[in-house]
Amino acid sequence: MIKLKINGFDIEAKQGATVLETAKENGIDIPTLCYYPDLKINSDCRVCSVEISGSKNLQTACSTPVKEGMEVKTNTSKVYNARKTITELILANHDTNCTTCSRNLKCELQDLANTLGIDENRFEKVLEMDEVDNHNPSIYRNPNRCIKCGRCIEVCKDVEGTYVLENQGRSNEVKVAPKYGKYLSDEDCTFCGQCASVCPVAAITEKDDSQRVFDAINNPKKHVIVQVAPAIRVAIGEEFGHEAGGQWTGQLISALKRLGFDRVFDTDFTADLTIIEEGHELLERVKTGGTLPMMTSCCPGWINYAEQQHPDMLDHLSTCKSPQQMFGALAKTYYAESAKIDPEDMYVVSIMPCTAKKYEAARKEMQINESIQDVDAVLTTRELAKMIRSQGINFNNLKDGEFDTPFGITTGAAAIFGATGGVMEAALRTVSEVVNEKPLEKIEFKDVRGFDGIKEATVELGGNPVKVAVAHTLKHAETLISQVKAGKSEYAFIEVMTCPGGCVGGGGQPYGTTNKKRIERIESTYRVDGAMQIRKSHENPTIKKLYDDFLKEPLGKKSHTLLHTHYHPRHKKT
Amino acid sequence: MPEHKMLTKRIGDINPLSIKDAMEKGSYKQFKKALSMERIDIIDEIEKANLRGRGGAGFPMHIKLMSTAKQEATPKYIVCNADEGEPGNFKDRYLMEKDPHMILEGMLIAAYAVGASRGFFYIRGEYDQAISIMKWAIEEAKEKGLLGKNINDSGFDFEMEVRTGAGSYVVGEEFAMIESIEGKSGRTRVKPPFPTDEGVFGMPTLLNNVETYCNLPFIVEMGGNNYKKIGTPTSTGTKLISLSGNITNPGVYEVPFGTTIREVIDTLGGGVPSDRKIKMVQLGGACGPIIPEFMLDMQIDYERFEEFESKTGAGAIIVMDDRQDLFEVLLRIVKFFEHESCGRCTPCREGHVHLEKLLRKFFKHDGTPNELYSLESLARVIHQSSLCGLGQSSPISIISTLGYFRNEFHDRMAFDGGEES
Repeated sequence: MIKLKINGFDIEAKQGATVLETAKENGIDIPTLCYYPDLKINSDCRVCSVEISGSKNLQTACSTPVKEGMEVKTNTSKVYNARKTITELILANHDTNCTTCSRNLKCELQDLANTLGIDENRFEKVLEMDEVDNHNPSIYRNPNRCIKCGRCIEVCKDVEGTYVLENQGRSNEVKVAPKYGKYLSDEDCTFCGQCASVCPVAAITEKDDSQRVFDAINNPKKHVIVQVAPAIRVAIGEEFGHEAGGQWTGQLISALKRLGFDRVFDTDFTADLTIIEEGHELLERVKTGGTLPMMTSCCPGWINYAEQQHPDMLDHLSTCKSPQQMFGALAKTYYAESAKIDPEDMYVVSIMPCTAKKYEAARKEMQINESIQDVDAVLTTRELAKMIRSQGINFNNLKDGEFDTPFGITTGAAAIFGATGGVMEAALRTVSEVVNEKPLEKIEFKDVRGFDGIKEATVELGGNPVKVAVAHTLKHAETLISQVKAGKSEYAFIEVMTCPGGCVGGGGQPYGTTNKKRIERIESTYRVDGAMQIRKSHENPTIKKLYDDFLKEPLGKKSHTLLHTHYHPRHKKT
Repeated sequence: MPEHKMLTKRIGDINPLSIKDAMEKGSYKQFKKALSMERIDIIDEIEKANLRGRGGAGFPMHIKLMSTAKQEATPKYIVCNADEGEPGNFKDRYLMEKDPHMILEGMLIAAYAVGASRGFFYIRGEYDQAISIMKWAIEEAKEKGLLGKNINDSGFDFEMEVRTGAGSYVVGEEFAMIESIEGKSGRTRVKPPFPTDEGVFGMPTLLNNVETYCNLPFIVEMGGNNYKKIGTPTSTGTKLISLSGNITNPGVYEVPFGTTIREVIDTLGGGVPSDRKIKMVQLGGACGPIIPEFMLDMQIDYERFEEFESKTGAGAIIVMDDRQDLFEVLLRIVKFFEHESCGRCTPCREGHVHLEKLLRKFFKHDGTPNELYSLESLARVIHQSSLCGLGQSSPISIISTLGYFRNEFHDRMAFDGGEES
């Protein structure tokens, strides 16, 4: 242990800890702006400046490791004046129309200004308005709000390995912008939204589709149904003041019903369906000598990445649509027929932890016919929470609701889709039983669980050992891809999720998502699975009924039309 | 006697384009002597000599040498900072153009002492002549077997190449330079780790100014104890001064530490022309303090300079006579730094814009007591909280003049008798 003094008090700290961490553990808050847990420390904003004995200049608490005998002062007038001045400087070059900003009252800069008691700015406004990027279905980028903290650049570069955003120019003309193009859509952006998730202000957010959804709900001609992804129920409560690690399925359903959706369904249902289709596709590929390893296709960020960066690898992708798209396709056919509703009058909304899902839903391949998309609107967890608040619905006082039928009966296998390794585990539960023709002794495949970047497991299928692998973040996926390209991949099946932790850590999840919270949501996900009566997709009775009544067989003709898709190599513009 | 020619002694006598001529006049003798010494003994002599960096910050050379030498990771790199972008400085250019082999010899001694195998000679892009002379000198040294594999049968390998800047001031800052060498845009990094731990391509890197390296052959030759007899007890050796501005004989002069600024201006520089009076003198370059005439008896000395929140700087003395308007000077300086800020940290990126706006008010005789307060507070915040040396030193001119020339700020208020609140 290291002994030091902070503000005159004796404190013990761990070797290697920073001044910021140590202060926090001891009940001393040092404000920060560019600092974000899990990201590389740049100490660019200088807001966490403190006085440290032996240094004439102020030092940033985020980047300074503790040392034996160090004396730190976090609250002198010198420190306070520096923080205040720095914040005023940022505000002078920031679009401060706070009341009409999507992050009003949820903005780290606003919080900071408030904490520091800034009630006027000594510095003249120097903001020069720049064009807003509203040219893609997923991400909205408003450079006039950007405070150049660099978090988005770090997450894009260091976490995802995608290098889309970068610092451009120098001096006060510095901009954070897409690398070559003017718009994100000019770039190889996967629309994963991790940048939006870490942005302290509203410089990068999801494209807000809530008004479109309200319009549909308020249109008496429309039958508006909603599906909820597995990762929403373990995160939505955080928007309403709860700690990460809970699950709020019942309240979520009630809130959606109060918002006026005609039916509230569960994407878990089509997650089960994905397992049946994808599991059979894998077995088919193995049996017929098809392209292996097969790679999962539920993550739209990953699909974008594969099409952009690895157009020669598209045969490896499962042809299955994602659960979101399978849901939309079935809703506007199977459900429409049985409920006797014209699909033209139907409006399908998804609640997703993801910004790339907005792009996926808008794809040409994802439609019933030329005028009907499978899914009409996608809302992130954050957008949904905002809608709930806007309608005066007191989320925390809601009684538990229940999903509507037929897309409401689901399994534990589907519930874990939201966690990295979850799709793989769900697939293994089904594939093992189908191939081995006997019930699993151990239903849980713990090798594919956890937060390691790459996980692998070996399973016995028909007496043969089969190796599978799981990657989360595109940076880690790249390792597995290069093995495949080099002909050195030992795996039959690979799961890839773009976001750290899988969908629970998606770019559309509540602000403040950190790896710690991701892990808590993952644990909660497995608790949901453990509490389910049915835990294997192929044992879902409504899935069986769906095949009997409508689809007939996995990989059959109807499945092919409705549930499978194809991919396009994308020419790089750069 | 203010001049003490050591580094500049043979300048004018030797042909910078001839290694033969340079070697006949002593070049590389001390390097060969160093090759016969233990590495630790070389560092020991430099420690005894108390050599401090000549690029501006004045960091003790032996500490950098020691911490690079004890790193286990290889390859190690050494970098010569010849970016000399600080307005008012031209002494490194003088050394490169007049005696390139003295610099190479100093770098070789340092490289040998720390076990570096590759050197980067980073020259400011505008210095066309210095670039071609250094490239020529490196080629000649290679031909003589003074660079390359197994130099002088010592088992010591060392390669060297010239890198040039592309017009950025901030790459004179050590980490911005390292980023630039790596092919990235010139922006500093967070410290720690320091370059001696993780520098060029993440490897241990020794980075010093041209003039600093030039001192090494002399320390090897005379030994640390003799070297430290030159100068003052706390600041040893000589300093090259770039003397410019309203001065009769501008140029580069080498003086021992302890010489007063007035001696340099009057005795070496021949004073101010046309019998004008000195109004102010800026020390170190655009990033240095501006002092009034009555302070010119202060000695050129690391300790003395630190008293007014300044580093010695690279040794520029810019003389301004009584025709110069302080606010015109300050505005020019602040606009320079506003343009040269890399844009990474907030105080420097956003702060200079407002320093300029506030100064302009005083320039136009339109300042207010509140603006004076804001200017002072902002200048101090940029100085105290910027990430690298640029922002830490750019407001020194304002901070120093707010002390020494405060009445001029009052005179520039929008109304008479502007009392500070």
